[in-house]
Amino acid sequence: MIRFTDCLIPLVIGGILLFGACRGTDVFASFLDGARSGLATGFSILPALVALTTCVGMFKASGALDLFCCALAPLGNLLGLPKEVLPLAMLRPISGSGAMVIFQDILSSVGPDSFAGRVAGVMLGSTETTFYTIAVYFGAAGIQKSRHTLPSALSADLTGFVVSALLVRLLFGVA
Amino acid sequence: MMTVLFTGMVVLSVLFGLLTGRMDAVSTAAITSCGKGVELVLSLLGAMCLWSGVMEVARKAGLTELLSRLFSPVTRRLFRGIRPKGKAMEAITMNLAANLLGLGNAATPLGITAMQEMAKEERSGKVATNNMILFVVLNTASLQVIPTNLILLRTQAGSQNPAELIPAVWLASLASILVGVTAAKLLERMGRR
Repeated sequence: MIRFTDCLIPLVIGGILLFGACRGTDVFASFLDGARSGLATGFSILPALVALTTCVGMFKASGALDLFCCALAPLGNLLGLPKEVLPLAMLRPISGSGAMVIFQDILSSVGPDSFAGRVAGVMLGSTETTFYTIAVYFGAAGIQKSRHTLPSALSADLTGFVVSALLVRLLFGVA
Repeated sequence: MMTVLFTGMVVLSVLFGLLTGRMDAVSTAAITSCGKGVELVLSLLGAMCLWSGVMEVARKAGLTELLSRLFSPVTRRLFRGIRPKGKAMEAITMNLAANLLGLGNAATPLGITAMQEMAKEERSGKVATNNMILFVVLNTASLQVIPTNLILLRTQAGSQNPAELIPAVWLASLASILVGVTAAKLLERMGRR
């Protein structure tokens, strides 16, 4: 049986390369250009990832992360979020690298195909680094009064989190 | 913000380690987990190159322009008061198309251009206009078609079916975008009164 989700990545890659070739693009040269910029991006996020894996690792080893999760568990219950994903919900709007580090940590402790692991995945995929985006864009346009930007953006993030847990419960069950 | 986060977490870890007597674990974690950052980058590097490469082909072949043309009926309705054929609108649609393709490197400069052009066109001064807010809210929601890092991290963690979450990610993104846009539109009306 061919699953729809298994087709997505090969079809997107194949489709784009074919589209490029039909449009007369130098597909291979363009690919290499892009891949080079991917390499640069990878190295440019390395220092931030080192900083965040270090502080997350220490935070976890000290037992502070567990306490933090347990303290926030009632709030998580209210929103239907498992307590393991709460650090991700807190870190996601602030730091993209931090979210990736926490996500990897969640997967290694509860497994990628567990309920919490799946919820964490949908959360990571459906939200963005809100604070960073706001700072960069308003900074570039010289805006100092952001008015209702933050409440709107954060309500979107919160919706993303709650809906993630709902969808996983609906589509995959609480396994 | 990152300074507070980074320093705060490290200082809290040290205090906690002292309180719980787990200083040995904290010490080990400090020395070993920094290496995990490097491992994480190395493990992501191949996929980052692959997707950046594929998406560069898409960009050069004109897929971004094609998508942005498809968007323009929607963006024209969302961003009222921005000239449909102006520079600002062009940058807005191109930015949204780049986000959809996961072209982070291209989306940010386009987004900055869009903000600067909106600032000129709407003479914003130092106060964000309704259209700017809507644009930023759209950018703080994730529009990506294929969440590449997510799938890779799931694969590495040994998932049986790493891509199975994609439809759920789309639906959650959609819900989050709808609420964000609705909130922005409602709050702008409340502010006017």
